[in-house]
Amino acid sequence: MTDYGALTPVNILTGFLGSGKTTLLQRLLRSPQLSDAAVLVNEFGEVGLDHHLLQGVTESTLLLENGCLCCAVRGDLQQALRDLLSRRMRGEVPDFRRVVIETSGLADPAPIAYTLLSEPVLRHHFRLSGIVTTVDAVNAARLRDFPEAIQQVSMADRLVITKLDLADPSALAALRSQLRTLNLSAEIVESTDIGADPHRLLTDDIYDGAGRFREAAHWTTQEAERHGAHAHATGIQSFVVLFDRPLDWTAFGVWASMLLHRHGTNVLRLKGLLNVAGVPTPVLINGVQHIVHPPSHLPEWPDADRRSRLIFIVRDLQRARIERSLAAFNRLVDPPPSPARLREGEDSARLPRSPGDHRGIPLSGE
Amino acid sequence: MCALCGMLGGKVHWSDSASAPAAFAGRTEQQTRAGERQARVRILNGVVKYYGITVKDWSGTAYLLTGATGRTAIVNTLGEFWSAAERLSGRTFDPLDESYLASLGNRY
Repeated sequence: MTDYGALTPVNILTGFLGSGKTTLLQRLLRSPQLSDAAVLVNEFGEVGLDHHLLQGVTESTLLLENGCLCCAVRGDLQQALRDLLSRRMRGEVPDFRRVVIETSGLADPAPIAYTLLSEPVLRHHFRLSGIVTTVDAVNAARLRDFPEAIQQVSMADRLVITKLDLADPSALAALRSQLRTLNLSAEIVESTDIGADPHRLLTDDIYDGAGRFREAAHWTTQEAERHGAHAHATGIQSFVVLFDRPLDWTAFGVWASMLLHRHGTNVLRLKGLLNVAGVPTPVLINGVQHIVHPPSHLPEWPDADRRSRLIFIVRDLQRARIERSLAAFNRLVDPPPSPARLREGEDSARLPRSPGDHRGIPLSGE
Repeated sequence: MCALCGMLGGKVHWSDSASAPAAFAGRTEQQTRAGERQARVRILNGVVKYYGITVKDWSGTAYLLTGATGRTAIVNTLGEFWSAAERLSGRTFDPLDESYLASLGNRY
């Protein structure tokens, strides 16, 4: 099976109308490290880049000055991606190494992620790299009025705050706080701070050789661990669950799969840097609603902290119940308790215990 | 054999360690695919007992589900498992449901 990380990475660039998506895209495409990208937009007019027509290709595909391909989607994203793929295979377009999909203002990123992982042809050639959402510092109050914009923020891997020159510091602080409540795993970047390596907004993901450490670092900040006490007005809450003991991978997979079957629509993102029993290096998982991507890993632990961290961004689900549920599933692989423990009684809120030394012992019959 | 991906049966579920060989390459205990399947079947039986379902491995490639009435279903992956199990049991499964969690806690 093709290594998932070797598939062509796809970024979704989203954000409220007027939030600076196109400006950011133009800036990114000037980066030499993104000169082999293909960009999918709704209409060329939105992009406003200098271009000339690529001979031999339809009027829906342009070649930009820096070598990027630009395609107009015209409504059917799956078809546009399939066309791009077959043209690449036939050598009719340059061999693009990344795709950036710029969505319309209120688009939901989830169906795009679903398409990449489920469409019979596309899933063997593309993988989701990261969702980048732009947020306008001046009009942040409008976020409240648009659940679609809130969802784009909650689902993001990167939040780029734009129009900073027009924003006052206290409004900016309030916006950052709101963004953290909605999404404590995304990297928050002010557009003025993008700096020397803008391409990393797109290229750093958990499947990228060098970028995976940087990406995983966003999931393991102290700030992230402290956050999560409150839900946003929309019912969205993001929090980290920490585990002291290694997780049983198979039990975790059953649990997450069952959870997402029932509640996938409301589990906007699920990310984990996991200490898996019997595996010496961290396993990274990444989910977007019902879809969980094949896991990645880090070749070594970033520091001495060996705890698993599971980040949830959920809507209308209770944190305590999620923790209890996962603990209960992990106990299914625990050995039967000693008589002494039975006398003491079980604490149902206790975090998962290590299954380590009981492999090969069947679960007690019932 | 699937022509596109070369896998028997097509999709490999993300929770199957075979979906990410690099992530599990350093496993200290060499768990075979068969061993992992057995562990998953054991866990699934514990998980769906509350709903009257039993699970068996079927030919090493699928899961055979049996409902309380004796009706059966065969699914290839964990992803397809839950819908089939719900159809057999006539109930919706919710791992966050309090009664359900209480039943898991009453193993001993």
